[in-house]
Amino acid sequence: MLPVENVTQPFTQLPAVSLISQSRPSGFIIHVTPWSLTNQQADAVSPTPAIMVVNSVHWFRKCLRLHDNPALQEALNGADTVRCVYILDPWFAGAANVGINRWRFLLEALEDLDNSLKKLNSRLFVVRGQPTEVFPRLFKEWNVTRLTFEYDPEPYGKERDGAIIKMAQEFGVEAVIRNSHTLYNLDRIIEMNNNSPPLTFKRFQTIVSRLELPRRPLPPITRQQMDKCHTQIGENHDLLYSIPSLEELGFRTEDLSPAVWRGGESEALDRLNKHLDKKVWVANLEHPRVNTCSLYASPTGLSPYLRFGCLSCRVLYYNLRELYMKLRKRCSPPLSLFGQLLWREFFYTAATNNPNFDRMEGNPICVQIPWDQNPEALAKWAEGRTGFPWIDAIMTQLRQEGWIHHLARHAVACFLTRGDLWISWESGMKVFEELLLDADWSVNAGSWMWLSCSAFFQQFFHCYCPVGFGRRTDPSGDYIRRYIPILKDYPNRYIYEPWNAPESLQKAANCVVGVDYPKPMINHAEGSRLNIERMKQVYQQLSHYRGLSLLASVPTIQEEAEPPMTDESQTSSGPGRRRPD
Amino acid sequence: MHMKRMKEGEEGSDGSPSKSPPEACKKVRKMSKELEAVAATESPDGNWARLPQELLLHIFQYLPLLDRAYASQVCRGWNQAFHMPELWRCFEFELNQPASSYLKATHPDLIKQIIKRHSNHLQYVSFKVDSSMESAEAACDILSQLVNCSLKTLGLISTARPSFMEVPKSHFISALTVVFVNSKSLSSLKIDDTPVDDPSLKVLVANNSDTLKLLKMSSCPHVSPAGILCVADQCHGLRELALNYHLLSDELLLALSSEKHVHLEHLRIDVVSENPGQHFHTIKKSSWDAMVRHSPKFNLVMYFFLYEDEFGPFFNEEIPVTHLYFGRSVSKEVLGRVGLHCPRLVELVVCANGLRPLDEELIRIAKHCTQLSAIGLGECEVSCSAFVEFVKMCGRRLSQLSIMEEVLIPDHQYSLDEIHWEVSKHLGRVWFPDMMPTW
Repeated sequence: MLPVENVTQPFTQLPAVSLISQSRPSGFIIHVTPWSLTNQQADAVSPTPAIMVVNSVHWFRKCLRLHDNPALQEALNGADTVRCVYILDPWFAGAANVGINRWRFLLEALEDLDNSLKKLNSRLFVVRGQPTEVFPRLFKEWNVTRLTFEYDPEPYGKERDGAIIKMAQEFGVEAVIRNSHTLYNLDRIIEMNNNSPPLTFKRFQTIVSRLELPRRPLPPITRQQMDKCHTQIGENHDLLYSIPSLEELGFRTEDLSPAVWRGGESEALDRLNKHLDKKVWVANLEHPRVNTCSLYASPTGLSPYLRFGCLSCRVLYYNLRELYMKLRKRCSPPLSLFGQLLWREFFYTAATNNPNFDRMEGNPICVQIPWDQNPEALAKWAEGRTGFPWIDAIMTQLRQEGWIHHLARHAVACFLTRGDLWISWESGMKVFEELLLDADWSVNAGSWMWLSCSAFFQQFFHCYCPVGFGRRTDPSGDYIRRYIPILKDYPNRYIYEPWNAPESLQKAANCVVGVDYPKPMINHAEGSRLNIERMKQVYQQLSHYRGLSLLASVPTIQEEAEPPMTDESQTSSGPGRRRPD
Repeated sequence: MHMKRMKEGEEGSDGSPSKSPPEACKKVRKMSKELEAVAATESPDGNWARLPQELLLHIFQYLPLLDRAYASQVCRGWNQAFHMPELWRCFEFELNQPASSYLKATHPDLIKQIIKRHSNHLQYVSFKVDSSMESAEAACDILSQLVNCSLKTLGLISTARPSFMEVPKSHFISALTVVFVNSKSLSSLKIDDTPVDDPSLKVLVANNSDTLKLLKMSSCPHVSPAGILCVADQCHGLRELALNYHLLSDELLLALSSEKHVHLEHLRIDVVSENPGQHFHTIKKSSWDAMVRHSPKFNLVMYFFLYEDEFGPFFNEEIPVTHLYFGRSVSKEVLGRVGLHCPRLVELVVCANGLRPLDEELIRIAKHCTQLSAIGLGECEVSCSAFVEFVKMCGRRLSQLSIMEEVLIPDHQYSLDEIHWEVSKHLGRVWFPDMMPTW
């Protein structure tokens, strides 16, 4: 397996221009030097750049890593001092919709960063407060001249960053932003699709297949680089800038079981190696069919690390690509190899210009569906008390560990929304946001819209049965027994539908439905019958379709019907495939 | 996305018809010419108050209800126009409680006004209620007051859980009876998921047998086969019927095929299992044959929500089903029987089958179901080669092909990346399987 260093290029001095398109609305200033200030302010600053001291601050938000971190490289480039900060508001922590596993993961990632920086004779500065109040203080205290951070494509991130950049300008601080959270420049993809984000995955893939390859990842920062901008660490560093504990954030940790997913860049890179080894061993770089094993947390799983930026998406991309080319001796891998990465990219692209992406009302791409409001039903779902062992086991694993397999996500999302409970996807999204380690804002909202057939022109006919789907995925029933131990003595025949077991069997298994385990909260046949009618009503109104076909109720999007795009001529018609003669 | 409301002949809407753009443009041009004429003859001020009523009516018909209501506050003339009977033919009452729905409700004052001033103008009415019993009861209260109404269309629609079922039965029945007795010219009736019963159907029939064309009553547990048979016997103009399988009988089909009866256009049947191992009766082939003879073009839409082992009574003989939906897992053998016995099949949608490839069954369906133009496969398995063969046999008649990506199993002939080109070739358009996010 290729070490990380071999897939990167050596860092070369990049010109001081950001990768973000120049067509930004004004107010979003991407690279401000002191020389673009007003005359008054400019006079106060030394006019000769050559003897100017450069004090850099690198602001970690996502991208919690030292490898492939172009913004951090810019912080070091020609700097006299560098300080790496993470800003955290402990009071806000309690109010935010973030569960204990996500906080723990983040704190572990910060600790890992701190340890890595220690080896480079530096430290991580965790500053308590909000960015808008913290930065003015730091700018003054540390005489900051340059602020660097990774570009955040999410609408909330862009707004926050716009304000910070403006503030930096007022303080005469140069702001340098680099894109490394996504594989591509998302604005470029939007531009190539007639200035609107692709709304089908197929279209997205077509556009991506015509782009140049993503920029190669950069190597990790080195001790030599840091030595040039060595920064004295104060005696009181641990007092002022330490990483908070879970207790400080208001969590109780007495009964907390050890983390299944350990946060941090070191763990991420370690997993990457194992992930690639596994692919070689399996000799199959395509989608493996899901089996019982896939349901459990995998020691090679990478999604939470991509979300927090502990692992660079480009590092993963190039490692997969080169592994494929080595094993298969083909010219280029199919896009399906990068499935996970491209889905992430797809949702980021769809969300980047849509501040209402995470809600139904006011969201131009979201179908307005008359969801039910039922807090009691929602709570049962969220807490794994639906009476359907398959659903309850999944929600239990989610709450305990912070990760569930994507098919498990489909099952519970369908159950909550269009399948059974007819509750809004926004409610489900919020529960995932709290519990799921890899739930980015864009990906989480987008996936919920997709799974509830609220957007992206999805067919709604296929409903995941909370009994049958579970049984087909894990016939052994062991997954249920692991996460719902009270059902462990049920035989396979009834473990997915314990309410159908004869009373004698229930008693023998020491678990009587209605007493020790809840009764099913809904009749699935009735529920799904009602809901398919509802969906059909909504869609027929939307598409003005009056016929009898269920499939034709869903409108097809124009972009699928016509592949032509605003870009160049057609190159190969399909990624990496042999055309049959 | 803005959901436009179209005024359909038989359906209740909020009364704002949208004509097709070219026609609308013509009308607007005509109107503006008339307005110019008015402007030319009158002084600049005060034109608007003296617009002819027909013009106002025309303009108001384009406005959504809220805008019309605002307009009605402008002056007496416009207020009068607002209350013209033509504007109150169609209405959709939206009854929602803030605790149980995100949707806005029709204002109670407006409802009072309508009942007071316009109940005898209403002809096409629908009620959209959320999952709270209060909303359903409110709908019943309104219905009870529509005494001077001569409705042509009535629709009771629950947008979430069926709240009409929670209303005390007698309250619901008496409200519905008011409409049945007063209308006498009901043409279209949608009462799915309501506690309607046999006696109220008799009242319906007694008053509306000449005019009833459409009756949708899926999941009405208080109706018996005899009750619906009464409707079929008396209402000879019935063209569209939707009900649950337990109400279907040989007698019903024969009644619908009797000489006096018009051609049936559309029969929708929901087959729903209440408890596992439920037993379903069979319908004789001869009854279906009579239907086809009488109404050769009729569409038979069947939605199945059964456990796998409950399909015994079905698909053992030829059945004229045109649209088939399996909402739960359905076995390989049953799909095999579908291939043999459903020659009129137009659309087949399978939610789930299980993990044995459906290669033979699909090929058989392609061969025998020569009218098939739409197919959807969810949690199933088909080998890529068999799938390509299937598409080849169906050719370009497949206008809807919705296959989940996980369904297709790559084999020695085709990989997943190659298959969409093969299929696209045979379909004559670009095709990809349906995908689900994997992250």
